[in-house]
Amino acid sequence: MTELIDFISNNLQMIYIVILMIFVGVEVIGHVPAVLHTPLMSGANAIHGVVIIGAILVMLGSDPDNILALSLGFVAVLLGTLNVVGGFVVTDRMLEMFKKKK
Amino acid sequence: MEYLFSLEFIYLFASITFIVGLKMLGHPETARKGNLFAAAGMTLAIVGTIFIHEREVSSIIYTLIFVALALGTLIGWLVAVKVDMTKMPELVSLFNGMGGACAALIGLLEFHHNIGDPVAIFTIIAGMVIGSVSFSGSMIAWAKLNGSMRKPIRLPKYNWLNNIFLLVILAAAAYMILTGVESEVMLYGLFAAALLYGVLFVVPIGGADMPVVISLLNSFTGLAAAFGGFLYGNMVMLTGGILVGSAGTILTLAMCKAMNRPLSNVIFGAFGDDTTLGEGSKVQGSIKKASTSDVAILMNYSQNVVIVPGYGLAVAQAQHVMHELEELLNSKGVNVKYAIHPVAGRMPGHMNVLLAETNVEYDKLVEMEDINPQFKSTDVVFVVGANDVVNPAAHNDPSSPIYGMPILEVENAKHIIVNKRSMKPGYAGIENELFFNQKTSMLFGDAKDQLTKIVNELKSM
Repeated sequence: MTELIDFISNNLQMIYIVILMIFVGVEVIGHVPAVLHTPLMSGANAIHGVVIIGAILVMLGSDPDNILALSLGFVAVLLGTLNVVGGFVVTDRMLEMFKKKK
Repeated sequence: MEYLFSLEFIYLFASITFIVGLKMLGHPETARKGNLFAAAGMTLAIVGTIFIHEREVSSIIYTLIFVALALGTLIGWLVAVKVDMTKMPELVSLFNGMGGACAALIGLLEFHHNIGDPVAIFTIIAGMVIGSVSFSGSMIAWAKLNGSMRKPIRLPKYNWLNNIFLLVILAAAAYMILTGVESEVMLYGLFAAALLYGVLFVVPIGGADMPVVISLLNSFTGLAAAFGGFLYGNMVMLTGGILVGSAGTILTLAMCKAMNRPLSNVIFGAFGDDTTLGEGSKVQGSIKKASTSDVAILMNYSQNVVIVPGYGLAVAQAQHVMHELEELLNSKGVNVKYAIHPVAGRMPGHMNVLLAETNVEYDKLVEMEDINPQFKSTDVVFVVGANDVVNPAAHNDPSSPIYGMPILEVENAKHIIVNKRSMKPGYAGIENELFFNQKTSMLFGDAKDQLTKIVNELKSM
């Protein structure tokens, strides 16, 4: 129990962020027309590509002699980049078509 | 300290671009800018992470990072630009899976650095398990959408099996966190189990429900990224991850709501089960078949035609011929509109994107609430590859599994033409009494073939 309380008091700032962000996420998506659900999903998909930052941090901290770690880290950065670039570009392509309509 | 300070600023700015970008994505006029705004924030955060730190990093590592970034950018860009717009949902699934795999790999790599710190191990294992499930689940969703895995595969009692398997994974994860297991074998075992769970989770779900599943897995990946943020105390990962996790969940629920089905129903698949098949009342009667020339003549002498596009249109890639037909009829003085059900194609906005690609004018796409009162004055409704969204059972058969779902009231029109490949029921696995309606004629065959024939017939009239 004391561990849990320690954990909460040590990470108070992050816990605040988590709680507030949950509400921001709900608020931002609410009342969006169904037509935009697909681009929105795609845009959100690109944003969670932020996980690439973690992959870069792993790489920066890894031992240059550890081949296994380096190759896994390389793959992680590659996959994260695919998520980010592919996600944003495909969202842009979808929205480009919506633009033309009027 | 100065360095770190400015990196914190960049992360703060990037977090703001994510929130504002996502908000802007929710309005048609600002959507595109919002996407670019978030992309700019992301780029800054990535560049900042690489350059702003005080570690000694060997040049090999920098080289590897840049090669990976360059390669990923090139492939991601090419794939995103080249792929057909009809294949969009599966592409989103594919990119989502990449993010999940990235999160899982981070967990695998960070594990042995953090042994002895239960909080860190918790975030690592949580991120790894969720990321793995998201990865393998997305791959299955991708395979299902691109047609390489058509049928839902269901083991007997699969719900039980899956839930028990999930409990086993959770128990193993809890054991590893609480006892501080150092064995990498167990870590890899857990990784493999999570991958397998992702497969088992998605495999029983029908292809038509994949967009909902993708949206759900999307929020999973967000959660996995957020756990990474917790691990590193990295604010931009935390905000971005939680934002997507929460927004993705709401989006998933909104999609389910548009189909009037609870999420549990999608995941645990009540539709198409033998148990529910018997519930809807059996519809019987005779059907009327129509030929392409019948349809062409009927449309040629109509005033108002409403087209109801569905997933079948997308599958047959018939949207361009559809637009040609619409223009041809227009030139003959026939008033043509498209009726768009909110979940047509089971992907909200799917039909809009598809038809917008063929340059169909925006004001010809009419949403359900606006078109429903107009069916009474419609001469011909042409249903192309849609089924459940026009099933009157949703209105008048309380025992039907889709009872209560809002539908397009096409039965009010004077004539109804339904193009389908066969009499097979739609995804919901229920008969459609519309097909037996006296006003309905069935036009069997591939949408693209049939539409091309109709266009040719009309041209020669």
